[in-house]
Amino acid sequence: MDDKRNPLSFQLDVSDFLPAEESEKQSLVVMRESVNFWKDGFRRLKKNKVAMISLVVIILIMIFAFVLPSFYPYSYEQQIRGSENLGLLQYSEDELARRAAGEKVFPHFLGTDSLGRDTTIRIMMGSRISLLVGLIASAIILIIGSTYGAISGYFGGKIDMIMMRIVDIIYTIPDILIIILLSVTLKYPLKDLAANVKGFAWIDIVGVGLISIFIVFSLLYWVGMSRIVRGQILSLKEQDYVIAAKALGASSGRIIRKHLLTNTIGTLIVTTTLQIPSAIFTESFLSFIGLGVSAPMPSLGSMASQALNGIRSYPHRLMAPAIMISIIILSFNLLGDGLRDAFDPKLKD
Amino acid sequence: MGGYIIKRVASAIITIFAVATITFFLMFLVPGGPFLAEKAPTPQTIEALEKKYGLDQPVVVQYANYMKRLIFKLDLGTSLKKRGQEINDIIRVRFPVSARLGAISVCTAICLGIPLGSIAALNREKWLDRTIMAISTVGNAIPSFVVATVLMYVCGVVLRILPTFGLTSPAHYILPVISLSFYPTAYISRLTRTSMLDVLGQDYMRTAKAKGLSQFKSLFKHALRNAVLPVVTYLGPLLAFIMTGNFVVERIFTIPGLGSEFISSITDRDYPLIMGTTIFLATLLIILNVFVDIAYKIIDPRIKLK
Amino acid sequence: MSKALLNINNLKVSFFTPAGEVKAINDISIRMEEGDVLGIVGESGSGKSVTAYSIMGLIPYPGKIVNGTIEFNGHNIHEMAEKELQNIRGNEVSIIFQDPMTSLNPVYTVGNQIQEALFLHTNMDKQRAYQRSLELLNLVGINEPEKRLKQYPHELSGGMRQRVMIAIALACEPKLLIADEPTTALDVTIQAQIIELMMELKKKINMSIIVITHDLGIVASMCDKIAVMYAGKIVESGTIDDIFYSPQHEYTKGLLKSIPKLNKKEHEKLVPIKGVPVDMLNPPAGCPFAPRCDSCMKICLKRMPEYTNISDDHKCACWLLQKKEYEAATGGER
Repeated sequence: MDDKRNPLSFQLDVSDFLPAEESEKQSLVVMRESVNFWKDGFRRLKKNKVAMISLVVIILIMIFAFVLPSFYPYSYEQQIRGSENLGLLQYSEDELARRAAGEKVFPHFLGTDSLGRDTTIRIMMGSRISLLVGLIASAIILIIGSTYGAISGYFGGKIDMIMMRIVDIIYTIPDILIIILLSVTLKYPLKDLAANVKGFAWIDIVGVGLISIFIVFSLLYWVGMSRIVRGQILSLKEQDYVIAAKALGASSGRIIRKHLLTNTIGTLIVTTTLQIPSAIFTESFLSFIGLGVSAPMPSLGSMASQALNGIRSYPHRLMAPAIMISIIILSFNLLGDGLRDAFDPKLKD
Repeated sequence: MGGYIIKRVASAIITIFAVATITFFLMFLVPGGPFLAEKAPTPQTIEALEKKYGLDQPVVVQYANYMKRLIFKLDLGTSLKKRGQEINDIIRVRFPVSARLGAISVCTAICLGIPLGSIAALNREKWLDRTIMAISTVGNAIPSFVVATVLMYVCGVVLRILPTFGLTSPAHYILPVISLSFYPTAYISRLTRTSMLDVLGQDYMRTAKAKGLSQFKSLFKHALRNAVLPVVTYLGPLLAFIMTGNFVVERIFTIPGLGSEFISSITDRDYPLIMGTTIFLATLLIILNVFVDIAYKIIDPRIKLK
Repeated sequence: MSKALLNINNLKVSFFTPAGEVKAINDISIRMEEGDVLGIVGESGSGKSVTAYSIMGLIPYPGKIVNGTIEFNGHNIHEMAEKELQNIRGNEVSIIFQDPMTSLNPVYTVGNQIQEALFLHTNMDKQRAYQRSLELLNLVGINEPEKRLKQYPHELSGGMRQRVMIAIALACEPKLLIADEPTTALDVTIQAQIIELMMELKKKINMSIIVITHDLGIVASMCDKIAVMYAGKIVESGTIDDIFYSPQHEYTKGLLKSIPKLNKKEHEKLVPIKGVPVDMLNPPAGCPFAPRCDSCMKICLKRMPEYTNISDDHKCACWLLQKKEYEAATGGER
């Protein structure tokens, strides 16, 4: 052994061999700070740059879609005579004349369509429709799916079996076809309802197309959610604290609400967030093939579809809704991924 | 195995039956019944049609007749707008076009998605992985009608390098196939990456290496087969996606397939045609899904074969 | 001294994680002769499995050998290329893993997975490989071997799968078998069977075995020598008698106190080791066990002790032993 490695050649002191204080020992033990589920999740979410940027983008789009239209000088159904088919930032002759006269004329950033409607405001309204559809549809799916799944998972046995059979059958029905079929056929009874039954006039305001989309989603799209919730409940139900609650005489409803749903909340948030873009996806598809919202209300899908005819001369009319819809879906996807990583790492694909 | 197939087929038949029933009754929501919608036909026409389709009879009888025709004659009825054309004939002519396009797109998505996902997984956190995943993330957010229209504008209108109308030569297939397979390729590559990463971390991969297998061999023999299992489960949704994608892509590229026919039947309110096509496509999807499920059981021996 | 089969010198292995360098193995040396059965004991995270993997050149990403040498059967493992390592793995050195449930590939038959090793390292034809795999299954005590060869792993019980794993490991008659917690995932009765099987096979094939475990009972029933690992270091090593009858390190003593014994007096309690292992991301400068040690001294927190040789085989790294030496050396002054 060489000198360097021999401990005895170090400067050792008798005091080194004194017993160490408890506090000295403790200073070496790095205890990780214990944080609760939400704090920990939000901390992770905040660290995730992509998710935070997506969140900011979503907020900006929401302002763009819900706030800006109120201050915008044009409205989505306003047809400006003489201003048809304007290009980006173009003015019509009339508007140029007014500008020459010293009047302030608000520019058409994205031009106008063949009926002289300002494209910018129509994009805003289209985004509003997309966001509304995404949010409301996901809320519907969340409510129906989680209730159904929770009941099925909690009661188990025969009830579970029958309920899941139904889910299986709905699951194998090709949903998009049924959605198309429903959208085609529901229009008439809904119009009837709006026209003839008091208290249903609001249907006309919201639009028959939108209502059919919501009905369709709430009829078919909740099955995925209900399966996830059921799976969670099934595994949670075996946990000791649920058995303890049962032993204490808690009612079924209370156990579902207090113990089971609160413990699945992470999964619910993530699944719901990821449901939003898929609902938007479906809505844009339906509008593109001519179902969905009815004119003059614009939708990003129908705007893209209409732009197809003039694609050679007015490509921006296609690009604007196309880019908008992609950004909306992308940001929700990325936010959903971020939420999943933060709150529910188990769910990863 | 035989038992499972029987069970699966039985449930498929129930679903097909349910779809046909839903379709039939939904059509009653249309004023005047499925065969008369929205037009103002002359009383004589109404009478003739009602007689022809038995519309004067009670709903239950109509339903029974309709099902009888469907089950025993596989007869989907006659188009309303295209006078005298049998829906069966329309499908016979139009469907092969769509099927070919769809099949090519499915193959493209699988043949690109699995290698891309595997490459990304093997180069985890490196630039290649990041690039593939960035593209796939964007690809996951773009609806196929956006891909199709943008491609059509860029390649067909601006660059003029590829045909954008019809489906008459191999070159005509390029843009529709890209539009249709873009999203599924992105999805499959993500799926493969995730499952490949999962598989690479499995104990049996360690065993394979400990046996002395080379990286390449252990990947091909041990990892890939396990990693593609989730992709097989995605085949069902993939087929459905390709089918609906066909609707818009055929419309955009003016392809004479069943998809574009379906879309125009919706715009035309040709209810019998909508109904017939829905039942046909639904049945097709359900049957294909049965095959996918059975294939999955064969590939993954862990699933109990009953 | 006979020729060393395995000689590990001053090995350091680190994992370079995003959070920083984790020193999984921090300067260990192990020497094994042919026919030895060595037990490596320690709690989870002490680096015992990483030690085993480094012998096979199988350190998982993002781990790397930072320092030190591994000589095995005339090979310098630490500087060998992947291609050369592949020839050794499964051939001269084999490993069986903790969880037989997940260590076999679920989508291939048992026969396929045994024969794979044979095709890799021998030039047997199909017929011969089939015969050999039958032999192997017989050897590891699996009944109806013809039937088993065609079955998939999920159709076998846990104990049976571990036997299959052993059959795969023994396929090419390795010089060294590493058993990484071979029985942890199994029922107690099956545990005993597997241990018995390994000892029998050792006699039959004359191979060396490294058993990695946290179960001192297994060590006692199988091993000649023991190395006790704590936080990436070997804190004490020696023969089975050294460790069980005259443990020197406080951690070893603690381990022994924490296992139940039948011959203990009734009122004697099991004594758990208090506290938790150190954070391997920021290992302390001194002895890693110091924060949990009842006899901890000031020096223990500052510097790692050197090994004290208690006898030829018995080594221990503890300041208490150093203190004795120091006192002996400077005894006059006190």
